[in-house]
Amino acid sequence: MLEVRNLSKSFGGLKAVSDVSLDVPEGSIVGLLGPNGAGKTTCFTMIAGFTQPDTGSVTFRGEDITGMPPHKICTRGMIRTFQIVQPFAGLTVQENIAVGAYLHHHDRREAMAIASQVGKRLGMGNMLDRPASSLTIAGRKRLELARALATGAKLLLLDEVMAGLIPSEITEIVGIIRQIREEGHTFLMIEHVMQAVMSLAETAYVLNQGKLIAQGTPRELVKDASVVEAYLGHGAAARLQDENHA
Amino acid sequence: MKFNSVGQIALVVAVCAYLLSVYFMASPVWMGFTINALIVAVIAQSWNITGGFGGMSSFGHAALYGTGAYASAILQVQYGVNPWLAFAIGIVAGAAMGGFIGALAFRYGLKGSYFALVTLAFAEVLRICASSFDITGGGSGLQLKLEPGIANLQFPDRTVVYTLLLVVVALVMLVTYMIKKSRFGAYLVAVRENEDAARALGIDTYKIKVQAMVISGAFGGLAGALYLQLWLFIDSTVVYGSAVSIEALIGPIIGGAGTVWGPLIGTLGLHLLGEGAKHLLPNAPGLNFVLYAIVLICAVRFLPRGLMGLAALIGTLKTRKDEDHA
Repeated sequence: MLEVRNLSKSFGGLKAVSDVSLDVPEGSIVGLLGPNGAGKTTCFTMIAGFTQPDTGSVTFRGEDITGMPPHKICTRGMIRTFQIVQPFAGLTVQENIAVGAYLHHHDRREAMAIASQVGKRLGMGNMLDRPASSLTIAGRKRLELARALATGAKLLLLDEVMAGLIPSEITEIVGIIRQIREEGHTFLMIEHVMQAVMSLAETAYVLNQGKLIAQGTPRELVKDASVVEAYLGHGAAARLQDENHA
Repeated sequence: MKFNSVGQIALVVAVCAYLLSVYFMASPVWMGFTINALIVAVIAQSWNITGGFGGMSSFGHAALYGTGAYASAILQVQYGVNPWLAFAIGIVAGAAMGGFIGALAFRYGLKGSYFALVTLAFAEVLRICASSFDITGGGSGLQLKLEPGIANLQFPDRTVVYTLLLVVVALVMLVTYMIKKSRFGAYLVAVRENEDAARALGIDTYKIKVQAMVISGAFGGLAGALYLQLWLFIDSTVVYGSAVSIEALIGPIIGGAGTVWGPLIGTLGLHLLGEGAKHLLPNAPGLNFVLYAIVLICAVRFLPRGLMGLAALIGTLKTRKDEDHA
C-alpha cells in the first residue's frame, strides 16, 4: 500500500534521515521504532507531505506522492496524527471529528452524523458535546484517532499515540486499533511503548541516527544485537549476553 | 440561532431593544449616532471573519473599507457610473483587495503580528496613494453630487437610512451565521486553532485563508461604500486612515471575536461609551480613542472571549448530562 524508497533529509549539516526504505502492505500494522532523535517523526513528516525529502520517493497505492502537499495526500486516503495532540480547542469533540468528516462530506448534517458515529465507535459517545479542551490526555489521543478516521483515510500514520498513557489506557487503545484494523485500515506507527508494538505490529523497522538498522517481527528485533545497542549503548548487547550466561 | 446561556440571550435582547428604541427617541442625535455605529459594525463583522473565526488578526482593514469607498466614488464621480452599479463594484473591489492582500501575505506564510504589520502597511500605502493621484481627488478627496433619490442610492430621510442599515447589518450577520455553520466555517476555525492539524486533515489552509480574506474584503468594501453613500464625501484619511482599522478590530474583540453577535454588540457598546465621554468632557476631542484603548486593554486582560464570552457564564443553559456518565 505504501512504499518508501531511499528517503533522505538533512537539516544543515545534520543528516536527520538517510536512505530509508520501507513497505507497508495493505491491512497490516507496521511499527517504526528507534531511540529519541532517530528520525522517526522526520520520516513521518516527509511521508505525509509536511516536509520535502532531499532525495527518495514515496508511493501510495501505486501513485507517486513525493512532495505532494498534506491536504492532497489526505484526500487520497493517507493521514498522519501528531505526537503532541492538539485538538481544536474552541470546538466540541463532535465538531472536532466533523472537521475530519468534512473532507468527503460537504453537508454539515452529514459530517456531524459521521462524527457522532466515529466517536461512538471509539468509545467517545458520552463526550461528544464536551469542549475538546476539557479532555484528558487519553481522550485527546482518541480524538486525534477519531478525527483521522473520520476523513475516511485507509492508511493511518500514528505518531506515538500511546505516549503518556497509563497501562489500562494503553490496553484500551490497543484494542481500539485492532478493531479499526479489522474494519480494513492499515497502520504505520511510531511507538516507544514496547508492550504495544509487541502485541500489535507484524513487522517493525528500527531507526537509529537516521538510518534503518534492522527490520523484522518485533520478537526478532528485541533479540537483535544492533537494536539493543541502539537503545542501551555500545557493548550493551554483549554485557546482556554475559549476564544471561552467568 | 442557538445561545448557550441566559446571559447571552439577555445581551442580544438588550441590543435589539436599543436598536428598536432609536425609532422612538425624541432627539435625532441618537439615530445619527447609531447610523455611524452600524456602518462600523459592518467593517467589524468583516474583521471578525478573518480575525475572529480565522485567527488572522489584521491591523489594516481600512485597506478593504477604503478600497470599497474609493472604487465606488471614482466610478460615480469620474466616470458617471450608476450609483447602484458603483456600489456593487465597490463591494467587489473590496473583495478583490482582500484576496490580493491575503494571497500575497499567506503565500509567504505570514502569521500573527507579521500579518498584522503587513496589513497595516497595505492600508498606509493605499492611503498615501489615494492622497497623491488625480483620479482619487488627491488631498481634497471626492465629493458625490447631492441627488437624493432611490435611483442614486441617496436617502435624505434618516429613518429610511437607519432602517436600510439595520437590514444590511442583519444580512451581514446572517451570512456570518451561515459561514459559521458551514464546512468553510469549521475549516476556518480549524485553521485558527491549529494549522498543522488542519493540513493533516485534508484542509488546503492557504485556500481557506485567502477565501476568508475575500469574504472579509466584500464586507469591508460594503462598509466603505455605505459610508460614501451616507456622507457623499471621502478622503484618504477618512476611509484609509488607521482609525478605521482600529474600529474594525476593537468592536469584535470587546464584543466577542468569532461570534455572530460580538462585533455588533462590541461596536455599539464602544460607541455609546465614546459618545458618553464626548458629552461629559466636550473639551477633549479624541478622548474616545483613549477610552477605547483602556477598554481594549481591560478586555484582552479580563475578557478573552469578549462580552459574549462573559455573558455565556451567566445562567448556562446546556446541562452537561454526559459528565455524570463519564
